[in-house]
Amino acid sequence: MRPLLPALTLAALIVAGGTRADLIGDAEKGARHFNACTGCHEVGNGAEDRIGPHLNSLFGRRAAAHEGYRYSASMERAGIDGLTWTLETLDAYIANPRALVSKTRMSYRGLKDDQARADLLAFLRQFSDNPANIPEAAPTAIGTDHSVAPEILAIQGDPDYGEYLSSECVSCHRADGSAEGIPSITRWPEQDFVVAMHAYKEKLRPHPVMQMMAGRLSNEEIAALAAYFKDLE
Amino acid sequence: MTLNRRKFIAVGTAAAATLSAPALLADGHGKPRVVVIGGGSGGATAARYIARDNKGEIDVTLVEPTRSYFTCYFSNLYIGGFTDLEDISHTYGTLAAKYGINVVHDWAVDVDRDSKTVSLAGGAVLPYDKLILSPGIDFVEDAVPGWSVTEQNKMPHAYKAGSQSELLKAQIMAMPEGGRFAMVAPPNPYRCPPGPYERISMVAHVLSQVNPTAKILVADPKPKFSKQALFEEGWQRHYSGMIERIGPDFGGENVSVDPEAMTIDIDGMVEQVDVCNVIPAQKAGRIADMAGVTEGNWAPVNAADMSSKMDPDVHVLGDAAAQGDMPKSGFAANSQAKVCAMAVRGALTGSKVFPAKFTNTCWSLIAEDDGVKVGATYEATEEKIAKVDGFISQTGEDAATRKATYEESVGWYSGITTDMFS
Repeated sequence: MRPLLPALTLAALIVAGGTRADLIGDAEKGARHFNACTGCHEVGNGAEDRIGPHLNSLFGRRAAAHEGYRYSASMERAGIDGLTWTLETLDAYIANPRALVSKTRMSYRGLKDDQARADLLAFLRQFSDNPANIPEAAPTAIGTDHSVAPEILAIQGDPDYGEYLSSECVSCHRADGSAEGIPSITRWPEQDFVVAMHAYKEKLRPHPVMQMMAGRLSNEEIAALAAYFKDLE
Repeated sequence: MTLNRRKFIAVGTAAAATLSAPALLADGHGKPRVVVIGGGSGGATAARYIARDNKGEIDVTLVEPTRSYFTCYFSNLYIGGFTDLEDISHTYGTLAAKYGINVVHDWAVDVDRDSKTVSLAGGAVLPYDKLILSPGIDFVEDAVPGWSVTEQNKMPHAYKAGSQSELLKAQIMAMPEGGRFAMVAPPNPYRCPPGPYERISMVAHVLSQVNPTAKILVADPKPKFSKQALFEEGWQRHYSGMIERIGPDFGGENVSVDPEAMTIDIDGMVEQVDVCNVIPAQKAGRIADMAGVTEGNWAPVNAADMSSKMDPDVHVLGDAAAQGDMPKSGFAANSQAKVCAMAVRGALTGSKVFPAKFTNTCWSLIAEDDGVKVGATYEATEEKIAKVDGFISQTGEDAATRKATYEESVGWYSGITTDMFS
């Protein structure tokens, strides 16, 4: 591992600072955070789909399962793979939407503050029926910590090693970036790649093949793959 | 590495420690030479990876008798009507044009491991520094009494894809109304463990459309088979009452056939059938035997680099290898080929060698948009390729999941054939 560059360290901290679902949220504060979402989303009595789907009965629902709203192919795939909206998965999604659902149409860069996300989720929970989903009710209020630590994000991958490891990926993912039944993984920003692979490794992202593949990759190997695929022609 | 043997020795032992010793292999003839026998998932992948990653430092010759290669995977989907035969056919032009691989369409008929040469049916003799054997399977003689390769037009195996697949499909389409299709399933181990049962599914699919009163009979020597719960659930759901499987508890291991009379004898019970798909017991492709690297029916290899346990300069890939826990599949051969290519490059040019990792996933189609999969990851141990972790589709999955699994298999097909041929 090389010494950390100041800029990289900063970037790493911004991304990795959050993604904790074990904080208890304050719904009143969350209502204020929701103001940033109302350009696209409605929630509560009479809420309708706008640019984004309405957010009533969100908790416990499969991703892309709300009928009548046209989701991105990426969100549809996540739903088919089994992504279900829980406190934990919503927390990861709001922290960094593209880390969980690579090509989501939600053009939101992410809410990095742990407490703010807990507050926002506490607010949104009020509009789902299932009482088990009330965030203050133990134990469902406590999620698993799935942060990617800054030192992991700061690992400089060895692209040569990545090239060898990539031979396992390209048995399914086409190296030329075409996506037919299986999504493209070429030319991803390095950090997105690392965060996504760790989400599989921790079984936050649901696909069984990817959970298995990521599950046995070390932090260095994930970094090596990210370094290799980012520049692939 | 351009040192020849004399210079290398003159440099002395101190320097030798810093060089990769196997550079000696290039002694006396310029570039090191790799000969690959068999242009399927193992051989084509190994040839492509070695040639691609060395940019001309290694001479790679690929010996493959057929000019058009038909993948065995997805050949059942051709029988089921989900793909055309042309779509599973591949040629070797890009391997020659883009990577400079010397593609020779000929049969390898002998290997002399002492002189390190391969003889071809056409008379040529190819010298090698490293030999990679990826010959696939041949059938064990007299495995099914009454059947031999000379009878394969009356009772096709269709377990090497191409003309045999076309023949079997034509016979299915020509079955009389309410006719009978029989399969003699193979004993373990054999190529593509779910293959016979995906085939049964695909035959049932096509018959349920064109000949719905037809029946399917399977004689099986194995008490259990790959993805059994998933297949049986699917057969019940999609083809209820059409398929009868006779396992070893009812004599499914005691089978003979009469291709003239078109009968199958299962433990003394003789049945008249219209189509009989005989998939005999299997062994490594014959060239592995001729090279003297087999033990019993298969060629034992070291897991770390797929080298033969009989000869470190011979590697064996895919179906022909006895390697441990991996199934005999195209995906597995492709995975093993990459480990082998890395090891061979390392030995010949001193390029970096990383620890071996292996993966396999097998998708099967049960009915339209009803796909299932099984997969695992593996590592190299002293003793064998050993399973690390795995998964399998679940019974009772919803239709969207099964459809996505099928679509994923189509994506995989595109991925692996790109990884082999383009």
